[in-house]
Amino acid sequence: MRRVVVTGLGMVTPLGCGVDVTWKRLLDGQSGARRVETFDVSDLPAKIACQIPRGDGSEGTYNPDQWMEPKEQRKVDEFIVYAMAAARQALDDADWHPTSYEDQCASGVLIGSGIGGLNGIAETSLLLQERGPRRVSPFFIPGRLINLAGGYVSIEHGLKGPNHAVVTACSTGAHAIGDAARLVAFGDADVMVAGGTESPINRLALAGFAACRALSTGYNDTPERASRPYDKDRDGFVMGEGAGVVVVEALEHALARGAKIYGEIVGYGLTGDAYHITAPSEDGDGAFRCMTAALKRAGITAAEVDYINAHGTSTMADEIELGAVQRLLGNNAARASMSSTKSAIGHLLGAAGAVEAIFSLLAIRDQIAPPTINLDNPSVETPIDLVPHAPRKREIEYALSNSFGFGGTNASLVFKRYAN
Amino acid sequence: MSDIAERVKKIVAEHLGVEPEKVTDNASFIDDLGADSLDTVELVMAFEEAFNVEIPDDAAETILTVGDAIKFLEKNAA
Repeated sequence: MRRVVVTGLGMVTPLGCGVDVTWKRLLDGQSGARRVETFDVSDLPAKIACQIPRGDGSEGTYNPDQWMEPKEQRKVDEFIVYAMAAARQALDDADWHPTSYEDQCASGVLIGSGIGGLNGIAETSLLLQERGPRRVSPFFIPGRLINLAGGYVSIEHGLKGPNHAVVTACSTGAHAIGDAARLVAFGDADVMVAGGTESPINRLALAGFAACRALSTGYNDTPERASRPYDKDRDGFVMGEGAGVVVVEALEHALARGAKIYGEIVGYGLTGDAYHITAPSEDGDGAFRCMTAALKRAGITAAEVDYINAHGTSTMADEIELGAVQRLLGNNAARASMSSTKSAIGHLLGAAGAVEAIFSLLAIRDQIAPPTINLDNPSVETPIDLVPHAPRKREIEYALSNSFGFGGTNASLVFKRYAN
Repeated sequence: MSDIAERVKKIVAEHLGVEPEKVTDNASFIDDLGADSLDTVELVMAFEEAFNVEIPDDAAETILTVGDAIKFLEKNAA
């Protein structure tokens, strides 16, 4: 099988539009959490979210008009526009703009979403109820379907290779990158544009996740303190939104065209808990087997893992993941750093795994572990460095990124610093 | 230009994202203004909404240009 590398990165996150601005603010310890002002939250238990900073596109703000024509935006849910923004950034970064028929057919898309166009579904249901079926737009269906993020990206950039989408709740982004790497390794494509996207910040989703008792509700007046993975005062996750997209490429293809290489995708593990629809199994067995499978595929031992970007949502499940990681690392726990970047950007659901894969690659590039902000008092003792408050300069040869989703679906990716 | 014609042209320009001066009576939605079949369905819905009329499918199929829409609505809109 062919070796697979990452040659382009793109993202829209609650810390900004673009990889550089997001990474800088993440290392600065900034939080993207704010009181929700864009719709009524007075009757909702969770009144905060990590929303993308909107503006004219300057100073890291997100201006949708730069990424999709206004008349097209009208037809789709925002998760599609976010994907268009992240995908173009990634392709520009990789300097891959296929024009020949052959190159187009060797380039595919695999972008997923956990929920897709929930906002449009909610609004159109009300329209149907109030005004009847003749008022339902012909763009209602194509503008909500999860795989239409990838569909739009393929049309914009002329990508005629595999066109696929993943839907595995909060593991979506990681599964998308892992599956895309396999497609490239197997030779189904030379280049895959892969990642996840999500636009879940609306009344229906906030009500639904609150009903699952998953959201933080105790920090409505201090939102920047609400997402606090591993802290004893954590009380749920903070909803985020955005997209992360990477360009996954066969090493030989990247070398032949002189592309810059962020890192190599050397490991990918997938498991199921077979336990509960929303809670992870208490022994963390699904997470443990998932990480173990990814390390086995990478051909490395747990002693070689330098940095772990944890799933760490700021819920009760944090300790279960931590337990699984301690079991994995054994006597080597003290040499590894593990942080949850959800402390800064919140939980981007289907986009989380892709955005966190990018953070893992940047951690390798810059030899620095991003921090877990708000970690004032860990709820349990651990020999693992949880990188509280400030980033940690350290050697990072291998980075592991975890994502776990509702339904008991787990994904782990292993990235390696690229060397000839 | 009649009031109806003016409103039709405004709706077309907004929905299809084209410059108002391109929206002439003879302009075909698909051939001249870049619409696809789904856009034309949505345009007809927008006319129904704005003029409070029902445009049956067989009539909608004959509305291919801006002028066709103006003519239909001048005849059928209240």
